[in-house]
Amino acid sequence: MDIGVEAYLLVSMLLFCIGMTGVLVRRNLLIVYMSLELMLNAANIALVALSRFNDNLNGQVMVFLIITVAAAEVAVGLALIVALYRRRHTAQVNELNSLKL
Amino acid sequence: MDPLSWTIWAAFLLPLGAAIVIAVLTLGNRQASAGLSIGAITLSFILTAFYSLMKGLNKAGAVESELTWLSVNGSAPGDALNVGMGILLDPLSLMMMLVVTGVGMLIHIYSRGYMKDDASYSRYFACLSLFTFSMMGIVLATNFVQMFIFWELVGVSSYLLIGFWFGRPAAADAGKKAFITNRIGDFGFLLGILMVWGAFGEVSFSVVADDIAHGGNKLEGMVACGCLSMATLAGLLIFCGALGKSAQFPLHVWLPDAMEGPTPVSALIHAATMVAAGVYMLCRTIFIFNEAALLVIAFVGGFTALLAALMAVQQDDIKRILAYSTLSQLGYMVMAVGLNGHGEGATAAMYHLTTHAAFKALLFLGAGSVICAVHHEQDIWKMGGLRDRMPATYATFCIGTLALMGLPPFSGFYSKDAILSSAAPWIGGHGNIILFIVALAVAFLTAFYMTRLVYVAFRGAARTDHARHAKESPGVMTKPLWVLAFPAVLAGWFGLDAIFAGHFGAHTHYDHWYSYIVGPVEHAPFVAAMGTALAVLGWYVASLLYRNVETDPLPGRLGSFGFVTTLMRRRFYFDEIYKYTVVAIHDAFASVADWVDRWIIAGLLVRGSHGTTELVGRIARMLQTGNLQTYAAFSIFGAAVLVIVFLIA
Repeated sequence: MDIGVEAYLLVSMLLFCIGMTGVLVRRNLLIVYMSLELMLNAANIALVALSRFNDNLNGQVMVFLIITVAAAEVAVGLALIVALYRRRHTAQVNELNSLKL
Repeated sequence: MDPLSWTIWAAFLLPLGAAIVIAVLTLGNRQASAGLSIGAITLSFILTAFYSLMKGLNKAGAVESELTWLSVNGSAPGDALNVGMGILLDPLSLMMMLVVTGVGMLIHIYSRGYMKDDASYSRYFACLSLFTFSMMGIVLATNFVQMFIFWELVGVSSYLLIGFWFGRPAAADAGKKAFITNRIGDFGFLLGILMVWGAFGEVSFSVVADDIAHGGNKLEGMVACGCLSMATLAGLLIFCGALGKSAQFPLHVWLPDAMEGPTPVSALIHAATMVAAGVYMLCRTIFIFNEAALLVIAFVGGFTALLAALMAVQQDDIKRILAYSTLSQLGYMVMAVGLNGHGEGATAAMYHLTTHAAFKALLFLGAGSVICAVHHEQDIWKMGGLRDRMPATYATFCIGTLALMGLPPFSGFYSKDAILSSAAPWIGGHGNIILFIVALAVAFLTAFYMTRLVYVAFRGAARTDHARHAKESPGVMTKPLWVLAFPAVLAGWFGLDAIFAGHFGAHTHYDHWYSYIVGPVEHAPFVAAMGTALAVLGWYVASLLYRNVETDPLPGRLGSFGFVTTLMRRRFYFDEIYKYTVVAIHDAFASVADWVDRWIIAGLLVRGSHGTTELVGRIARMLQTGNLQTYAAFSIFGAAVLVIVFLIA
């Protein structure tokens, strides 16, 4: 059985949409954060698939970069969330609206 | 440059220096301010007198010393405009300088006494010095533009002085009225200057005068409309300036109101400076006026003289009587300029201006002395009997009165006779019989109202407590009176008009040393006799009417013509006429402009744009919910829009 690039892109798209929905509708900051990671990885899948089918390594190089940056970002982001929780005793997105005028 | 002309430069700039130093440094020091101001004008007077003595007052020694002030290069040759600031020293300007600084100096000194209780003593002297400087700028101007600039400066400083007691609404209004009325005339003056510049490409007096003397008036050929040539129009427009400054009909209304200023200011404005500026300007620019313009000038002057003399007959305020008398005498001078002939008219006008400066200053300062003594009461019917209590003031006031009436041998007789001669049609051939009769009528009325003033205010019994307890003014005020009394008596004995006649190229008839004194009688006995007879008649009639009276008997005596006195008392309703025509029209325009400003500019444009901005802001603010997920949704939506746009494109 021969699987084309469309299948990989479809999976990637579904994951991206699931992640996006999570970012938009979930109230818990941790879940929102996880959904964000899901969106990054959906992009990674698309890049790897295109790299494979185009017979070059450009996409994979990009993916390595994304994974590295994402790891660093998770470290900072989680630290921020923990600090925020300690201060405000909540991790609910809708309660964190002090930026409002 | 002629080294001596530096003395006049110094005389010119000293009062400006005094004004600046007072305004910047000595506002808190009363004595220093007064000293600076008086010192500056005294020095100016001495320097001018020194220069006049060294150089002599003749036309041959005229000097023009000028700095370039404005230089504009035109596109075509001959288009360039060069305007200088300088001093023009000829007999005309030097005599005028002597009058301005001489009379001005005495008024400055007198002010030290008159204003001694005023809180704004220093400000007063700063304004006075500024005024003197502006006036000298007009006198010394070498060209039309410089004259116009100082013309306006005189307007501004007179505004400051007339409205000096700006806390009183009447004074503030009078200052405004003087300034605005003058501005109306000045507008015409400016247009006239532009016409002269347009035709001659030059604004310098000497160059334009030369042009006209050699090449004829370039404006003469052009026709403005109908039979009105451009030369006539230009002359009349320039005359408009004099109309405002010298308070001629129909712009005469500001002068009586200007009495709201301190009395020394009235004396300064009325005698030597501001109102004289108009007549001086006419004489300075006499070359620009053609026959038609001069005729209009003569009749305006004659009409003003008669009108003002009639108004003066029924005024009760001592300063107002003198104000209308000034108006009337200025009308005389303007009429004389209009009857110029071969320079005789301008000579007579300047001659009368010189003598008038002395005796009118004397009269005003005398009135100031009286007003001070009776606790700032100005109604002559509330005075009376001041003769015994204020002998010095009374004596000098009588000298001024006799000079103003024009009785020989007082100075007024000689200058009034010169004017009457220039109006008499059988002398020199440029007179006008109507104006001659008007001038005689004015001579009668002048004697009448001045006699009335003296009899009611100084003689008879005192009518109020203030008048009963009046005391003679201190020496600082009476001494200038005595000093001014000398020229008021003697100024006619030296043939001062010969100096002006030399300047204007007029003929004089001084053959012997004694002809200075008997000249008028020798030269035109009928005119001299008529003028004197009518003055004496006026005196006699008024002395019959006003001896020992409590109220004005004139309305009763005239019987069914009593309404005439009401007309005179109400100044022929000019203020009312202007109120319901000029002021009403102006107010209508103002209210339209106000409506446009309030509703269109402030309402629609300013508030409209402000309201629109605010509305947009309020709407945009709703987008800022503070919720993280809303922002995320917006950015995703934005990204989606971009993707779609790129995919379609």
